[in-house]
Formats: sequence, structure tokens, C-alpha cells
Amino acid sequence: MPTVDLADPMRPVSTGDSGRRPTVQGARNRRRRRPLAIAAEIFMLGAAIAWLLPVLFTLYVALRPKQDTDQTGYLSIAQHLTLSNFADAWRQSDIIHYFWNSVMITVPAVLIALFLSAFVAFFITRKSSKLNLFLLMMFTAGNLLPQQVVITPLFRLYLAIPLPGFLSSSGTMYNSIFGLIVINAVFQGGFCVFVLSNYMRTVPMEMYEAARVDGASFWTRFWTLTIPNIKPALAALATLLTTWIYNDFFWAIALVSSGDRLPITSALNSLKGEFVSNQNQIAAVALLAAVPTLVIFVLLQKQFVSGLTLGSTKG
Amino acid sequence: MTQTSTRLPGSHQRHDRVRRYSARDRIVISVIVGLSSLAMIAFVWGPAIASVVLSFFRWNGVGGLHLSACVASGAVPGGANGCVYGVQNYVNAATNYPPFWVAVRNNALWLLVFMLFATPLGMFFALVIDGGVKLGRFYQSALFLPVMLSLALIGIIWQFMYSSNYGLINSVLGRTSNANLIDWLGNPKINFWAIMVEASWRQAGYVMVLYLAGLKSVNPALKEAAAIDGANGWKTFWHVTFPTMRPINIVVLVVTVIETLRAFDLVYITNFGNNGLELLSVLVTNNIVGEIKRIGFGSALGVVLLLISLIPITLFLWQMFAPKKQED
Repeated sequence: MPTVDLADPMRPVSTGDSGRRPTVQGARNRRRRRPLAIAAEIFMLGAAIAWLLPVLFTLYVALRPKQDTDQTGYLSIAQHLTLSNFADAWRQSDIIHYFWNSVMITVPAVLIALFLSAFVAFFITRKSSKLNLFLLMMFTAGNLLPQQVVITPLFRLYLAIPLPGFLSSSGTMYNSIFGLIVINAVFQGGFCVFVLSNYMRTVPMEMYEAARVDGASFWTRFWTLTIPNIKPALAALATLLTTWIYNDFFWAIALVSSGDRLPITSALNSLKGEFVSNQNQIAAVALLAAVPTLVIFVLLQKQFVSGLTLGSTKG
Repeated sequence: MTQTSTRLPGSHQRHDRVRRYSARDRIVISVIVGLSSLAMIAFVWGPAIASVVLSFFRWNGVGGLHLSACVASGAVPGGANGCVYGVQNYVNAATNYPPFWVAVRNNALWLLVFMLFATPLGMFFALVIDGGVKLGRFYQSALFLPVMLSLALIGIIWQFMYSSNYGLINSVLGRTSNANLIDWLGNPKINFWAIMVEASWRQAGYVMVLYLAGLKSVNPALKEAAAIDGANGWKTFWHVTFPTMRPINIVVLVVTVIETLRAFDLVYITNFGNNGLELLSVLVTNNIVGEIKRIGFGSALGVVLLLISLIPITLFLWQMFAPKKQED
């Protein structure tokens, strides 16, 4: 049974002192603990600042005009702050095109992975058999393999599988958006089967017994009974998968050869080359590419964290 | 909290359950489960096994494979391509390919840094935050931010820290002139360690989140009992908290090893994994993205990676699926 509180996985550590459980010993120790508490506070504050520094410095560079930094260097008080680096990066490069590729890969891959893995997990958890345990282990372990273990034969396989023109202008799985959707969905789907099968075991069995008496089909029990019950887990996984697939760098590097089919993360190398003489614009491009994940960080951090910990906390 | 994954409530009703799948049910199940399993086998496990087979061939990807042993090229047309090469790919990697041992050393060092520094640091962050600090939520978010960013992006962001002419570190140190600059990412003596800072920056936040979830499941009464018995913070941690977090410890160990083997993006975005930043994953990839495709040789390097990765994978499966002795 997942031990994470889906509603708020970070709750008990959220509000400092109020989260501390009062103990008899606590009152007696308070005086002794004070220096330690101050040290902990200073240490954590220092760490948090150090952790934010690289991102904040990149933002600072991106907000300054090139003329300023050329004159006074990057470690100086800004004379002007401007958004023109972002605007120029947006206009002058193919960044919109790369963003669109990312959307075209990420959205279908997440939906396919979630649908198929939910169904497979439902099937696996209906009864315990050697076959089902084998399937579960196959899906779970597949997601743990380093991508590079499979890439050499996969590369040959992608070259060998023909695709009709409307799916791929290259005519093969290799060098096609479709190929990237498939490998991302399959690879991440393995993780989802594992997480969802754990989660489905918490759905009360009595519910299905009633449906069985009513003669509900397997599909009905899956789609109308199970899916509504696992929505929190699906939301958490959708957030996690969107971030992971959007952030994936490797598959497109290895399985796509035309620059115009790269998703934004894998295109960062070529974008970096495009602006090589203008660091301020590289900083702006990098931060633009981070926007979708930063939005998730701000709005859906809880979902992301519960997706992450759902996969890890099972006794 | 402990529930074996192999047993289900009501599994004694197996006979009813099998019977209850109608013909339509069976078709839907076969199509969706069959298709998913087939995709997993075709695109993940098939290639993993194929890489073992291909590692015994010498093949540049042009033309087919045949089962005759390789002979000197020129003697027989195609005699040195698509042919059985035995263990020669492995021998070549070990004896005739200098980047191989550099990569093995770098992967080993990567694991060592993660095990001795990044992972304990993340665990320490979690313990301090869980113990109660004033700005806990802020610290948590700040330390977690790198986990959300792609590793490729992390590589670019850190170039603003490390760049020899304009980077923040050299600017602060006053070492930006060509005469005295420190080339953090270019000098093969130090660039690996510079990259390890980037990797640890992300890994510590990742581990912190996993432990925060794990610490939540530790019964607070246990810690209180230990405190009343007079145990200090360290003793409470070592004898009470740490052992009760055994499942999460194993997951973190697995994550640490797997992330080490997967390491690729950071070095590739920095300098394509050359000049001191060689990793096994990069060497595998170089054989398919470069001008010269060496399928057999690349597969052999992939098999090395596969064999190492089977250790943490087995550990994870054992932790998750082995029947538990007791249930509560």
C-alpha cells in the first residue's frame, strides 16, 4: 500500500516548528538544542541559496543587454535590465518549432503510456499468477535499464521498420516523431505499470464483487469503476511523465538525424551553437526551454513529488 | 504498509474469476495487454538481448549478418563485415581502446561520489528538514528545483558558473584573463569533478525527496521512545530511524546506481563526453551517432553496461516482489 499521502506528500515537514511533535523531553532539551537549531537553520539557508544560485545567475545574465556585460563583465551591477534577449531568442531561432515538436512527442506519449499501463496494471492485479508476476517484473525492470543498453539494436530496428508517409516523412521509425512517441511511451509505461498496480491494490475488492454480480464486463470494471478510483495516482503520474518525457535528451539524440524534428531539450546543443557569440541569449534560450518545467515546479510540485515517491515507498 | 504484491484479497475465488471473462473481454484483454507486452519486448527487452548477440559480430550495419567467422578484409568479399567475431569486440575494448578504461574509471568515480557525498547529503537535508526548521517548505523547494530541470539544461546553466572567461566562479576568483584563468570544464584534470558538482546538485535534491517520504512513514512514537530512553540525535537516527527506513534505503541505493549508469546528458551537452569526461554510455552512443557505425563493438560496450545494471535491477525486484516474512 502506498504510504504517501497523495493530497499533500510533504505535509508533515512543511511548516517548521508546528510540525514538531511536542514531547516531555522536548521542553527539557529546548535550551540545549537552541544552538543546534540555529546551526541547522543557517546550514539549510546556505544550502538553499547555493542551490538557487546557478539558476538565478543565469536569469541575471539573460536579463542584461549584451553591451552592458561586454563593458563591465558578468559579475557587475546591472545598468539596464531587459527582456529583449528573450524576445530575440524567440524570434531569431527555431525555438517555437522545437517547442512544437516537444508537444507533439510529450502529449501523445503521456496519454498512451497512462492508458496502456493502467489497463495492464488492472489486468495484472485481477488475479495472482506466475504469468502476471512475470509481466509485472518485465514492465518494472524494463524501465530500470539504462537507455544506452538497448540503443544499438534499437537504432538498427528503427531503421528497419517502415512507416507510411503520413506517420513519418523519413519512411522509417528512425528519424520520426512517431518513433520518439513510441519509445518514450513504452519506456515510461513500464514504470507506470509498477506504480499503478501497487495503487490498484488499495481499491476495495467489494466494489468489484457487486459489479460482477451485475454482469459488468472487464472493460466496464476497468473504465467506469477503476479509473475514477485511481485518478489521484493518474494525475501524479501524468505530471511526472510530462516532465520526464519533456526533459528527455537521449532518445532524440540517438534516434533522430534531422535537426528540424528534435524536441527542445535535445535541440539545446544546436541552439547553444547558434548563439555561440552571445551568452546573454544562450541564457535566455535555456530559461525559455525551462519554462514548462518551471510552471510544473510552481503549480504541480505536490503531484510531481507524489508521483516520484509512489514508485519508491512500498514496503 | 507491508503488503505482498503477489497475493490478493480474494484470490481463492480464482475459478469464478477465470470463468467470468466473456469472449469480448478476452479479445479486449488480448489486444491491449498483448500489444503493450509486445511493445515492451520489441523495443526494450528484445534489443537488450539482441545487443548480447550482436556483440559477438563484427558489423558496420551495411549488408546482412552471416554466420561465418571473420577473415581479413579483401580475402573474401565482405569477409570482414557482418561476420562472427567471437569475443574479439570485448578484447578490443579492453586492450585496444583507451577511452574504455577511462570511462570505467569515471563511472566508478561517479558512483563513489554519489554514494559518499550526494546521496548522504540528500539524506541529511531530509533529516534536518524533517526535524523541523523554520523555512522548511522553502528549503525543500529550493533544493528540489534541479530535479525538475532536464540534465541537458543543467549542463548549460552551470556553464555560466564554470565558463573560464565570463563564469561566476572565475569572476569571483579574479581569474578571467587568459593568463591566469581556470578552465573548469576544459581541463581534463578537473572537469570531471566540475561535472560531479552539477550531478550532485541534482542528485541530493532527488534523494532528499525520497527520504522525506520515507521519514514520514517512521512512527514518531519510536523516536520519542528512544529520546525518553536518553538516546541522542545520532543514536536515534542510527539505531531507530535508519533501520526502519530499510525499504527506502534500498530504493535510494538502486536509484543511485541506476542514475550513475544512465549518466550521459551532462557530459554530452558539455563536450560530447571527450577529454576527461568519457562515460560508458557515451562510448556506446558514439558508435551509432558518428560517421562510422560499429554495431558489434557498440553492442559489446552496451552489454558491459547491461551486466552492471542487472545488479541494481535484481536488487530492486527482490525488494519489491520477494514474499515478505510477515505482514502487518
